[in-house]
Amino acid sequence: MLRRTLLAAALVAIALPAEAQRTRLTVYTAFENDQLPVFKQAAEAALRDVEIVWVRDSTGVVTTRLLAEKDNPRADVIWGLSVFSLIRLEAENMLEPYTPKDAMALRPQFRSARDPMTWVGLDAFVSAVCFNTAVARQRNLPRPATWDDLLNPAFRGLIAMPNPASSGTGLLTVAGWLATRGEQAAWDYMTRLHENIAVYTHSGSAPCNNAARGEYAIGLSFDMRAVALKNQGAPIEIIVPTDGVGFDLEAAAIHRGTRQLEAARRLMDFAVSKEAMALYGRYYALLGREDVQPTVQNYPPEFAQRLAAVDFAKVAADRDRILAEWSRRFDAKSAPRN
Amino acid sequence: MAVAAAVTIRPVWSVDDRLLFGVVAAAGSFLAVFLLFPLATLFLESFRDQRGAFVGLANYLRYVETPALVDSLWNSVWTAVLTTVLVIPAAFVFAYAMTRSAIPGKALFRAIALIPILAPSLLPALALIYLFGNQGMLRDLLFGHSIYGPLGIVVAQVFYTFPHAFLILATALSGADARLYEAAEALRASRLRVLRTVTLPTARYGIVSASFVVFTLVITDFGIPKVIGGSFSVLATEVYKQVVGQQNFQMGAVVGVVLLIPALVAFAADQWAQRRQVAVVGARAVPYVPKRRPWRDGPLLVFCVLVAALMIGLVGVAVWGSLVTFWPWNLALTLRNYAFGSFIAEGWGTWWTSVRLSLWTALIGAPLIFVFAYAMERARKGAVLASLVRFLAVVPLAVPGLVLGIAYILFFNAPANPLVFLYGTLAILVLNSIVHFYTVGHLASLTQLKSLDPEFEAVSASLKVPVWRTFAAVILPMSLPVLLDVAIYLFVNAMTTVSAVVFLYAPGIMPASVAVVQMDEAGFASPAAAMATVILLTSAAVKGLHVAADGWLSARTQAWKQR
Repeated sequence: MLRRTLLAAALVAIALPAEAQRTRLTVYTAFENDQLPVFKQAAEAALRDVEIVWVRDSTGVVTTRLLAEKDNPRADVIWGLSVFSLIRLEAENMLEPYTPKDAMALRPQFRSARDPMTWVGLDAFVSAVCFNTAVARQRNLPRPATWDDLLNPAFRGLIAMPNPASSGTGLLTVAGWLATRGEQAAWDYMTRLHENIAVYTHSGSAPCNNAARGEYAIGLSFDMRAVALKNQGAPIEIIVPTDGVGFDLEAAAIHRGTRQLEAARRLMDFAVSKEAMALYGRYYALLGREDVQPTVQNYPPEFAQRLAAVDFAKVAADRDRILAEWSRRFDAKSAPRN
Repeated sequence: MAVAAAVTIRPVWSVDDRLLFGVVAAAGSFLAVFLLFPLATLFLESFRDQRGAFVGLANYLRYVETPALVDSLWNSVWTAVLTTVLVIPAAFVFAYAMTRSAIPGKALFRAIALIPILAPSLLPALALIYLFGNQGMLRDLLFGHSIYGPLGIVVAQVFYTFPHAFLILATALSGADARLYEAAEALRASRLRVLRTVTLPTARYGIVSASFVVFTLVITDFGIPKVIGGSFSVLATEVYKQVVGQQNFQMGAVVGVVLLIPALVAFAADQWAQRRQVAVVGARAVPYVPKRRPWRDGPLLVFCVLVAALMIGLVGVAVWGSLVTFWPWNLALTLRNYAFGSFIAEGWGTWWTSVRLSLWTALIGAPLIFVFAYAMERARKGAVLASLVRFLAVVPLAVPGLVLGIAYILFFNAPANPLVFLYGTLAILVLNSIVHFYTVGHLASLTQLKSLDPEFEAVSASLKVPVWRTFAAVILPMSLPVLLDVAIYLFVNAMTTVSAVVFLYAPGIMPASVAVVQMDEAGFASPAAAMATVILLTSAAVKGLHVAADGWLSARTQAWKQR
C-alpha cells in the first residue's frame, strides 16, 4: 500500500514538471474572440505539451503589427489571418516554409503555390449584408438586393461598414467590388456609398453586431457573424447581393525565426486536420477540406454561387496602394482606431 | 588660509543629511527614468521619420496639412470647454449644498456623487447608448439628434468629471470664516451681495482649479469618445488610430506633443492660480456652521436629489444593460454576459490582471511616493537637485495617460535600452501607473508632512537617533491614514484607467478596462457593460474596506490628536 502511494507520488512528480514545461506558442490571430477559447482548448488537447497564447486583433492591426515587428518578431505562428495578409508577409520573406501533413487534402485554391508551402487556407469568409428587419419596418425601408441598392438616399446615415485598413472583412468587401466592377467604377461606387455610411468600424463583426442591435439598419459584414447573430435571435435578414460578393481565406503559417519550430509545425498539422476543420465548420460553411461537412446552421446556400472572381495574389500585391487610396478618400469618417 | 575659509562656510553634512540626500537622488533617478526620459524620447521622435532620420518639422507640417487631424484638435478643445462650462456651475451648487446648507443626508449625497470615480469612463458612455442610442429607451427626447458624436461625449464627460470638480470645490468652500458672514449680516448686506462679495471670492481659485482639472480630463480622456464618439474624431482617439491602427509612431508622437500643449497650459495656469491663493481662513477664523433656511435649503435639496438620481440612474442603466440577454430584442435577464471567456480570449483573467496591477501599484507606489516626499520635504533646502526633483514630482499631473503610454513604447521598446526586458510585462504597467498618478499621492504626502513639526527630527537628532528611526517610529505611524489614502487612490485609478495601459498591455496581461474597450469595439455592448460593472464593484469594495480600515486605523494611531 505504502509502496503504491510512493509510486503514485513519484509518477505525479514526473508528470508535474512535464506539465510545467509546456511549450508556449505565441499565436497571432484575427479569429473571432468567441472562437478563440474553442480552438485553444482543442489544439492544447491534441498537442498536449503546447500552450497557446493568443494575440488577437483585427486583421489590419495584426498585419501592421507583424510588419512592424519584422526585425524583432514576437509571433511563433500565425493562425487565422487573411490570405491577403499572408501573401504580403510571404513577399517580405517572413514565412517559414512547411507543408503540413494533410495539406494535400485541401482544395487546390486553399494551398500556397510554393513547395514546401508557405501558408495553408483553412476556411473562406464571404461578405454579407445584415439587414435589420425591425428597423426597416420602423423606418419603412426597402429591402436591398444588390450593392447598388445601398446607394438609395433612404439609407443615408444608416449603414455601417468595416474600415478595410484595419478589418479583413472590409478589405475583402472592397476587393469584391474591385473584381466585379473594375477599378474606376469601384472607386466611384464607394464614393457614392460613402454618402450613406454612418461609420467605418475597426472590426469586421461590429457592423453586423450594430445592425443586429438596431443601432444601424444595415451592416456590411461577413457570413459567419451574420449567421451566428441570426441564430442568436437577432431580427436580421442576411442578404447576399446578387451582383457578386468578395471573399477571403483564413489561413495559417509559421513565422520565420520562431524558436519553437517543432511545436509550430505540429500546430500547423493540427490546423489542417479533420478535427480542426470540424471546429471551423461550426462557424464557416466553406471549408478548406472537402471531406469535412460544415455543421453551421441556417447558412444561406446562395453564397457559394455568387462569389466574385477575386485574384488573391493581385489584391495582396496591391493591398498597400488600395488602402492608401481608401484612407485618402474616406478616412475622416472612420471610427477611432483604424 | 583662503581655502580653509571656504571650507568653514560650507555647512557640515551629517549622516542623516547624506541619507536624505541619497533618497532625494533616488527619487530623482526614478522620475528621470520613468518620466523624463520617455517624454524626451517622445519629443525627439516627433522630429524623425520612420527610418529614424531627423526631418525637422516635416511631421508637424504633415499634421497641419491633414484636415482630419486638425479637425480633431478643434473638436477636442470645444467639447472640453463646453463640458467645463456645464459641469462647474452644477458641481459648485452641489458643493455649496454640501458645505453651506443644512440639508439632510449629506453623507449619502457625497457618497453617490463620488461613484463615477470608481468606474471606468466608458461606463456612462455605454449607459447613454442604452438610453439614447438609435434603439435607446429615451431616444425620442433627442428629437432626431444622434447621441453618437459631440452630444454623447459632452453628456458622458459631465457625468465622469462631476466628482472631480465637486471634490475641489467642496474643499474650497469648506474653509469659510463665519465672522465674515456675521459682519455681512450686521451690515444688512443682501443675500446676493454676500454671495458675490464673500462666498465667491473665497472659492475663486477653487473654481479656476476645478475648471482646469475638468478641461484636462476631457481633452485627454480616451474611453468616452471611443465608445460614443461615432465618426466625430478627437485628439485622444486620433493618437490611438495613428499608433495602434497604423503603427505610425512618429505621427503618434506629434499628436502626443500636441495633446501635451493644452494640458501644460492648464497646468501652468493652475499653478499660477494656486500661488495667488491667499489664506482665507486665518488662525482666528470661526468655522461657519450653516443654519436652517428653508428658502435656500429646499431648492438645494431638490437639486441634490436630482443629481443623485441622475448618477444612480446612469449607473443603474449600465448595470441593467449588462444583465440583458439580447438588447434591445430580448430583455430577459441573464448572467451570460459575465461569462467573459466567450467574448474575449483572456476572459476573467483580465479582471485578475487588473487586480494584480492595482495591488502592486498601491503596495509599491504608496510607500515609495511617501518616502520620496519625506526626503524632499526634510532634505536641506536650497540644493538645486532637491528643487528640480520637487518640480519633477508635480509634472505627471500635466501629462495625459495616452502621451505617457506612447512615450513608454518609444523609450522602453528601443532595442538599445537596457530596460527593454520590462516591455510587455506587468511590471511596466505597474511602473507606468505609479508615475501616471504620482502627483496626487505626492501632494497628499507633502500636506501631511508639513503638518508634522520638523522639531521631531531636531529633537531626535540631538538625542543621536538616526533619521530613519524617527521616520519609522514617529512619522510613519502618525501618517498611516494618509498613506492608506494614497494607496487606495492608486488602486482605484489603476483599476479604472484605460488611457496609458491601452498601449502597453501584452499577451496574457490585458487589464479589464482595456477588455471593456475591446469588447465594445467588437460590438459586444452588454459584456462590455458587464466588465465595467465588475470594475466598479471591485473599486467600490476596496473603497468600502478603506472606510472601515480608516476608522480602525485612526482610532489606533491618531489618539495623540485628542486631548
